[in-house]
Amino acid sequence: MSSIIEIDKLSHIYSPGTPFQVTSLDSISLDIKKGVFLAIIGSTGSGKSTLVRHFNGLLTPAAGNVRVCGIDTADKKQRRNLWRSVGLVFQQPEHQLFEETVFTDVAFGPRNMGLTEAEITERVHEALRLVGLDPLEAARMSPFCLSGGMRRRAAIAGVLALKPQVLILDEPTAGLDPQGKRQLMKHIEEFRRREGATIILVTHDMEEVALMAERVAVLNRGRLVMEGKPREIFSRAAELTAIGLDLPAPARLIRQLRLLGKPVRTDVLTTAEAEEEIARLLGETQC
Amino acid sequence: MTMTESNGTGYLRGCPESQDSQLTAHDRDEIFIAVEDLTYIYNHDKAGGHRALSGIDLAVKAGEFLVVAGPNGSGKSTLARHFNAMLKPSGGRVIVAGMDTMIPENAWEIRRRVGMVFQNPDNQIVSSLVEEDAAFGAENLGLPSEEVKKRVEETLRLIGLSQYAKHAPHLLSGGQKQKLAIAGVLVMRPSCLVLDEPTSMLDPAGRVELMETLIRLNRTMQVTVVLVTHFMEEAVLADRVVVLSDGRIAVSGSPARVFAEVELLAELGLKLPAALEIAHGLRKRGFSLPQEILTMDDILAYLKNN
Ligand SMILES: Nc1ncnc2c1ncn2[C@@H]1O[C@H](COP(=O)(O)OP(=O)(O)OP(=O)(O)O)[C@@H](O)[C@H]1O
Ligand SMILES: Nc1ncnc2c1ncn2[C@@H]1O[C@H](COP(=O)(O)OP(=O)(O)OP(=O)(O)O)[C@@H](O)[C@H]1O
Ligand SMILES: [Mg+2]
Ligand SMILES: [Mg+2]
Repeated sequence: MSSIIEIDKLSHIYSPGTPFQVTSLDSISLDIKKGVFLAIIGSTGSGKSTLVRHFNGLLTPAAGNVRVCGIDTADKKQRRNLWRSVGLVFQQPEHQLFEETVFTDVAFGPRNMGLTEAEITERVHEALRLVGLDPLEAARMSPFCLSGGMRRRAAIAGVLALKPQVLILDEPTAGLDPQGKRQLMKHIEEFRRREGATIILVTHDMEEVALMAERVAVLNRGRLVMEGKPREIFSRAAELTAIGLDLPAPARLIRQLRLLGKPVRTDVLTTAEAEEEIARLLGETQC
Repeated sequence: MTMTESNGTGYLRGCPESQDSQLTAHDRDEIFIAVEDLTYIYNHDKAGGHRALSGIDLAVKAGEFLVVAGPNGSGKSTLARHFNAMLKPSGGRVIVAGMDTMIPENAWEIRRRVGMVFQNPDNQIVSSLVEEDAAFGAENLGLPSEEVKKRVEETLRLIGLSQYAKHAPHLLSGGQKQKLAIAGVLVMRPSCLVLDEPTSMLDPAGRVELMETLIRLNRTMQVTVVLVTHFMEEAVLADRVVVLSDGRIAVSGSPARVFAEVELLAELGLKLPAALEIAHGLRKRGFSLPQEILTMDDILAYLKNN
């Protein structure tokens, strides 16, 4: 498969030349294949948001370069083309809500794409359904009258309505209730399959990574320290905990069982797999 | 070591021998927050408004660790904002440490006792320097600035923000902002902490560390903790869990009692903690596991001997 994002020795520095200079990204190289579901993990302040803001040209490299869909993101003349293909849901997207109603807010992007009124309405309703908001009731409300989690859902809908080729979500499920999380992830995966889109998910939820991601990139202090399949990454438990990360809870349980000398598989990631392993263990001892 | 120093580390480390003067030792059964038939309606006027809470009765005991859970829009933040008199009841009443939140003169004293961490950390940034921001609440309490300075240093160290003391808060990462909001409240050393989804943007280690800090403050300093959260793994650690649904209490009780309501929780779109999900699945397969299982450690302890 071909690469859709090519990152070559990317470095970024905030407030260069001041006492508060922060090297937020340090010579990162990474190829992201078209149509993949990539999770980006890393401790607080490791550079995840800084990295993904380079993918739509919001930030430009201090050194190295980033190409998305063949476009050099530093090329200002290509910005519009870039924005047409790349949708970014910010970490605290509720700050981007500014219209009078949820409907007009979600319709903002599609309207700028020059769609007809009927097409716009269809896109808005579809996007609201994807995030679990009622297309009729919630759509009429002012974004400022929504709860924290509902506001977040509305903001995510605004980007989904654009149907971008590359969909970047920066901690989208923070603040969502368990069902909201599960449904959003399910819908994102459906969107990926249907549209052949590339998904880049920044998250602190290791269970989400285990369930959803095909590839995982791990950042620590602005450096890319691991990249691989979830099972490969989560087999490196000691390295992960050393940088403020962890295994999914079920994986941790099974590992501890193994340390107690129980004969269990070590590559378990999800609750379903953990249940299976323990059932096998109990079954064997009970016979 | 001076008195203030021993007090200082005492609160954060949870050393009961160095009781802070602001903390009143309380009797376990004393009610710290009493909510009686509380109703809250946003934009309340003749035309109506939006009813966010209906007929809530709840008593938070002094020294209790209470978790408030529930789906998006169920009224958690609205309820929490009544605990420090940010919102006033449309009906019923809320009494904090014996003070009615309706009486404007009580607001200052209530906010001195109840420290609040809001859901959105950006709404809490008040200063252009991290260390000043963390000091703001305590300075407003009229504490001597030497004392505040000491507390800020300790708290930023505990929470892992020391190196950002001279940075601008609005330029911090999401998780760093959330940590700063928590630090600002810890510096005030209130006898009650109300935290609205404080770990939503923290990394796994930061989430565990905050829970450990809250439990330590609660167990050894008798700090009353009200934690609003979507993480069921955090809820099982509480003394009591209250689940809201559509502005009402759907179920409340010990974690064991609440998480036994598997069907109700599923209906509300809530999830069991992973350990209970596994235990539940195993029972369905015909294995008999002890009913007390709540956490991964419980499963581990059981399997160790079986
Ligand atoms: N606009 C800015 N100016 C100066 N420093 C910044 C700015 N934005 C971020 N930083 C710093 O750069 C580093 C990386 O920040 P970034 O927001 O990319 O982290 P993150 O991995 O997304 O963290 P989190 O999980 O908390 O969201 C942090 O140390 C942060 O304080
Ligand atoms: N400022 C406001 N004006 C009008 N209605 C509001 C306002 N804030 C909240 N509401 C409404 O009150 C209800 C309860 O909101 P609240 O913020 O208390 O929910 P919550 O349980 O904290 O949800 P979340 O998990 O999403 O944070 C929701 O239906 C919401 O739409
Ligand atoms: Mg971030
Ligand atoms: Mg809320």
